[in-house]
Amino acid sequence: MTDAEALERASARFDERLSLVMGMLQRFSWRRVEGDAYAVRIELGGSIAIDDAAALWKRISELAAEDLEGVRTVTLDMTDVDRIDGACMALLGQLRSDLQARHITCEFAGGSGEAQRIVDLYGGRKKARHRRARRKPLSAVEQVGSATLSVLAEVRQILDFIGQLAASTVAVIKHPKSLNLRDVTLTMERAGADAAPIVLLINFLIGFVMAYQSSAQLKQFGANVYVADLVGVSITRELGPLMTAIIICGRSGAAFTAELGTMKVSEEVDALRTLGFMPLPFLVIPRMVGLILVAPVLVLLADAIGILGGLLVAALTLEITPTTFLIQLQSAIKASDVISGVLKGMAFCGTIALIACQQGLATSGGAEGVGKRTTSAVVSILFALIVLDAVFTVALGAFGL
Amino acid sequence: MSKPLISVESLRMGHGDTVLLDGVSFEVTRGDIFIILGGSGCGKSTLLRHLIGLEVPMAGKIRVAGLAPRLEGKAPRYGVMFQSGALFSSMSVGENVAFALQEWTHLPLDAVQAIVRAKLALVGLEGAEDKLPAELSGGMRKRAAIARAMAFEPSLIFLDEPSAGLDPVSAVELDELILALNRNLGLTVVMVTHELESIFKVGKSCVMLDRQTRSIIARGEPQRLRHDTDDPRVRGFFNRETRGS
Repeated sequence: MTDAEALERASARFDERLSLVMGMLQRFSWRRVEGDAYAVRIELGGSIAIDDAAALWKRISELAAEDLEGVRTVTLDMTDVDRIDGACMALLGQLRSDLQARHITCEFAGGSGEAQRIVDLYGGRKKARHRRARRKPLSAVEQVGSATLSVLAEVRQILDFIGQLAASTVAVIKHPKSLNLRDVTLTMERAGADAAPIVLLINFLIGFVMAYQSSAQLKQFGANVYVADLVGVSITRELGPLMTAIIICGRSGAAFTAELGTMKVSEEVDALRTLGFMPLPFLVIPRMVGLILVAPVLVLLADAIGILGGLLVAALTLEITPTTFLIQLQSAIKASDVISGVLKGMAFCGTIALIACQQGLATSGGAEGVGKRTTSAVVSILFALIVLDAVFTVALGAFGL
Repeated sequence: MSKPLISVESLRMGHGDTVLLDGVSFEVTRGDIFIILGGSGCGKSTLLRHLIGLEVPMAGKIRVAGLAPRLEGKAPRYGVMFQSGALFSSMSVGENVAFALQEWTHLPLDAVQAIVRAKLALVGLEGAEDKLPAELSGGMRKRAAIARAMAFEPSLIFLDEPSAGLDPVSAVELDELILALNRNLGLTVVMVTHELESIFKVGKSCVMLDRQTRSIIARGEPQRLRHDTDDPRVRGFFNRETRGS
């Protein structure tokens, strides 16, 4: 066969396929035999398979769209059908249901061998099933109401969780040996040591970009050296802890929710309870303690590397020597700036662990539930971080810190 | 007659506002293999969760060895095997079995390991202590879960659908294991299942729950119920008949 012939054949096959899919090509027979005014008889013939479903549906739709005034019975004669598959039989079944809903009796007749077996299997039920009433879409007011109720339920769950957590924390403080130290160290390694490279990189870039963006403005006033104040204060008080918390939220917060959520849906949390372990002291408190303990280290690393980023820009574009930068920095930032940043970081990490674990333990409904809860945990944590940041800023300002 | 190991009086249970069972009472004697039966959605597994203490009843009283089933913060009084096994996926099989022993006893590590090896041998999993749960087949996972449930030498064990999802050979092996534990150790077994072969092979007594009446519709020996019952729902279940047939 030449290439041209092969191409022509392929093109013809494509055309045929397209015609079948569009329902334009009919390979079976559908003959309407008019009896009396009360009865319609359709004689089907040939082989009717899934490829013919489009054409069959077209004929069924044409028939169903007719007025059929006065018609009492429609008979589908399957005598000449060699073969029919389940999908096409389901379409005929749908026709029967639609006709019965219009008080027209629809019957299958004839058919032998394979066709008859399919008719028995799919066409055996004479009664049309009542369609389930379609759920009415909720109005805007109802949607707002339902969303408010679900938010309130969620808030209540979180408050319950905080209460239980407080009671468990008291129990752990009374019996420190009951703390699951293995998970504390594991959390410190995974959320702390393993996160250090990304925390360093991001905070370096933040310091770098901030200094770079401000350098043009500062140059205009000959205030080049104040880049150290700008970078130093904003990194230590604000951006160091916040960026670190955002990274920990993405890395560890999501991981905690997914891990505890998977444990919950695979009954591991229940198994833990049957072995005498309480999920909160055993799973939640170690993660919380681990994260709070690594927070100061990560925040201090973030502060140092962010300032280094600023220093680099100052040296490269503002012609400030590193020594001048550091002397200016020393006068610009106070110990309280760094300490308040570290405290913020610890509060952020505690919040991340709290929300992530609460969401994880509230998971239900399999893999989809784990995915939903993880998304919801990350969004809630980010929101909580920003709110907490604002609260901290106002509170520290009130104390003159 | 000796005191029952488990007694349930006028239990009402469900989820949220939905009541699954109401006014249910039954007892489980020591040394029994007690089966909770019923069609899908009738509350078998939920009843088991109430007996274990994972759920709190809406009303009524449950006593296991004279005490209300409470779990947390204490050494386990009974063993539980969950439907999926629920082995801790981050731990090896050996660590799973050793977990409660290490927490609730002061045994040296060597002794714990010896007990773990013996428990794994008991369920036919010699040498599997270093494997992770993900490396085991479904049947092996369930056996390992039984070994974990047995680690603390309980006199009572709860099993949630032990043979579900197993091939026929593994299912028979598991049934034989349950029978052996019951005969040789005098272990009381409470299990949820709807595998007919299992029910007839291991079950000494049973209750059948019904979704519509939200109550127990039959109780007694499974073999006897199969032949003697007049209730079409019970007959249908035991003889694999649909209501229409």
